[in-house]
Amino acid sequence: MAKIQINGKKISIKSNFSIQDLLKKYKLADKKIAIEHNGTIVPKINYKKKYLKNNDKIEIVHFIGGG
Amino acid sequence: MKKDNLKIAGKFLKSRLIVGTGKYKSFPETAKAIKASGADMVTVAVRRVNILDKKKPILTDYINPKKIIFLPNTAGCFNSEEALRTLRLAREMGGWKLVKLEVLGDKKTLYPNMIETIKSTKTLVKEGFKVMVYCSDDPLLAKKLEDEGASAIMPLASPIGSGLGLQNKINLSLIIKQSKVPVIVDAGIGTASDATIAMELGCEGVLVNSAIAHANKPILMAKAFKDAVVSGRNSYLAGRMKKNYFASPSSPIKGLI
Repeated sequence: MAKIQINGKKISIKSNFSIQDLLKKYKLADKKIAIEHNGTIVPKINYKKKYLKNNDKIEIVHFIGGG
Repeated sequence: MKKDNLKIAGKFLKSRLIVGTGKYKSFPETAKAIKASGADMVTVAVRRVNILDKKKPILTDYINPKKIIFLPNTAGCFNSEEALRTLRLAREMGGWKLVKLEVLGDKKTLYPNMIETIKSTKTLVKEGFKVMVYCSDDPLLAKKLEDEGASAIMPLASPIGSGLGLQNKINLSLIIKQSKVPVIVDAGIGTASDATIAMELGCEGVLVNSAIAHANKPILMAKAFKDAVVSGRNSYLAGRMKKNYFASPSSPIKGLI
């Protein structure tokens, strides 16, 4: 188990949980999104190999309507 | 005759109207208004995904970035750091290099912070971005942005979302005359005729959001803007008549009975 923060919300995840697993959990794997892991942008190719650990901070963003 | 297309950072656009995707009542309305506007480029904002509601529809369910050019913007950013972070994320999302930079300085007027805007432009250009820059209508600062490598200069007509129209045509004209990159009036356009006036001044395009989204009938207003921009452009290309202080009869005097 590990506690992480995703978009400001605290959640618990299993150990050996990758960013790809996180995206699957939130049904975002096929969406146009970008991810920051502790303030650093994670390139898409690294989603599978980037594992999450305790106290990690994740930001997942997408496009919304704007002027 | 050569086709009169708008060219920004090497990209040709069929329409000189760029529309925002904010403030609409619903996504279907947004999609219909964009279609009616004829725009081939729309601005979009970058925000957190709502992780609590996985089934809630999102913008890209209704507007396909493969069919229309997304122009990621930095609306809501109040310093260079926030703006750079937003645009780097936007680039990661889908390879977008053409972006709209908007660094705000004041919550009440949403007036651009030009010091942070110039700083951000410099960094973004260095990182390979093509930057369309929302800016004040000061000709010297507009020139500075061009010197820093901005791909388009986007002065405000009046404050964002105010609908006050073109408040300083002289400054806009000065910017248009001096700029070698496209000048696109951004912010403050209130109604279709404002867009026509901006185009008649010689702007290369206009960016409109609130005037369409907050009209009583947004889809009809989107169509009005489409026509207004075309009319204004044609009027600019045609070249208006000279203004005279006295009347000049339209019918000949000769042969008068």
